[in-house]
Amino acid sequence: MDALISFISENLLMVYILVFAIFLGTEVISKVPTVLHTPLMSGANAISGVVIIGAILLIRQAEPQNYFVLTLGFIGIALASINVVGGYAVTDRMLDMFKNKKKKK
Amino acid sequence: MTTALYDFIYLISIILFIIGLKRLSSPDTARNGNLVAAAGMGIAIVVSLVYPLETAQNNYAWIAGGIVLGSVVGITAAKKVQMTAMPEMVSLFNGLGGACALVVSLVEFYNYPEGVSLLNGQVFTTLFALFIGSISFTGSLVAYGKLQGFLRDSLQVPFPKVVNAILLISVIGIMIYIMMLPSVDFNWALILMTVSLIYGITFVTPIGGGDMPVVISLLNSFTGIGAALAGLIYNNQVMLVGGILVGASGTILTILMCQAMNRSLFNVIIGGFSSSGGAAGGSREQIVKEVIPSDLAIELKYSSKVMVVPGYGLAVAQAQHAVHELESMLEEEGVDFKYAIHPVAGRMPGHMNVLLAEADVPYPKLLELEEANKELTSTDVVLVIGANDVVNPAAKDDPSSPIHGMPILEVEKAKSVIVLKRSMSTGYAGIQNQLFFGEKTRMLFGDAKASINKLKEEVDQA
Repeated sequence: MDALISFISENLLMVYILVFAIFLGTEVISKVPTVLHTPLMSGANAISGVVIIGAILLIRQAEPQNYFVLTLGFIGIALASINVVGGYAVTDRMLDMFKNKKKKK
Repeated sequence: MTTALYDFIYLISIILFIIGLKRLSSPDTARNGNLVAAAGMGIAIVVSLVYPLETAQNNYAWIAGGIVLGSVVGITAAKKVQMTAMPEMVSLFNGLGGACALVVSLVEFYNYPEGVSLLNGQVFTTLFALFIGSISFTGSLVAYGKLQGFLRDSLQVPFPKVVNAILLISVIGIMIYIMMLPSVDFNWALILMTVSLIYGITFVTPIGGGDMPVVISLLNSFTGIGAALAGLIYNNQVMLVGGILVGASGTILTILMCQAMNRSLFNVIIGGFSSSGGAAGGSREQIVKEVIPSDLAIELKYSSKVMVVPGYGLAVAQAQHAVHELESMLEEEGVDFKYAIHPVAGRMPGHMNVLLAEADVPYPKLLELEEANKELTSTDVVLVIGANDVVNPAAKDDPSSPIHGMPILEVEKAKSVIVLKRSMSTGYAGIQNQLFFGEKTRMLFGDAKASINKLKEEVDQA
């Protein structure tokens, strides 16, 4: 229990941010029309690739001979890059179709 | 001093994420919003590359290699994928993000200093991120496999409820055990990872295909939560906020879809669609009427109002362009041609909207569930193209049906119902559809695209 309390008190700011982010996220997304559910999901999915930052920080702090960490970090970065780059590209492709139609009308 | 500056730039990317997501919620600003969010990500990545760290060795070559490899694969995949395969793609991408959260937390645990008590929030966060990342990874892969079709029946877990309960309890037990250990034992982290990976598989396998949109959305929010937890580990606000934004959006979409099916999330995860409904239709001899394209073409041409109910079958056959062409032909004949879109049609929320958008079908022609049901009463011909469960009257009439209570498109209200289907096989939910044997219903068997093309020819000649 003490461990939990000390963790919260040390990270109080992060806990605040966490709570606010949950409300903010709910607020931002709650009124999306069905038409856009797929692109929204795909776009949000790309944002979840933000975990790539963790992999980058991890590699930057690793010893240059620590091949275990370096290899895992490399894999992590490659996988997250696919998620980020592919996710944004695919979302853009989808939304492009929506936009073209608007122009034609 | 300098870290404050970098943290401030991180704040800018957070703002860009929020603006981007906000803009994604309206068709006019959506594309711009996606680019804004991408810019936020770009900034966040660049800052992470130069962020001042105490023990920085940098190893930039490794990072560059990973980014280049991932970007090339990602762009190629995004360019090549068919619009109809979008749910699979998103699911696969999502799994890779989860895998990254898994890797990050695994290494974090590996690096944890020896001789320090493990009973603290930091370790708990790391273990939890490891767990969530693992489920998200294997779960998404299974979802991908199921959508592609190759895992549909071949992968079955006996007594899924029991197995899942045991695995979940094991995960919690292992986490507690690890935190009670006097010192770091990396092997236990590997065991936790293995059990979590297996749990991801057994968690998704029993869930029926009709529930796939819900699962993808749920896994999406898991990956977001995984990223947010990793952000807690690194005390990194961008990861925390970005992850939570995704977690929140995924959760909301999941809830919206559960509402559209009138089922609780718990029911979706635990229950799955039981296949018992198959027995309901088989008890007595049932007669199916068929229609030939030339007759149907004439009927369509002299209708005043035609409604299309698209489903996954349309996506598989890639018939969206053909349908749009049929629409144009009939419109020239003065037929009022519309589309009725069920919120969970297809394998992803809004799946049909994306497909029809690809075929340039104008928005006003796409009717949502309630609106469509009102108009169906005055419709002459309904074409059900590859949709099963979303038009199944059992949802209204049969309390024993696993989909009972789910709002459906009430196509039987129309004067005539034509079902385009490849065979009499059941839909993804595995339930036979009484609609197919209905008084007003006729079947047009065959691949949806081929059938529609044939119809177009006949309409042309009629």
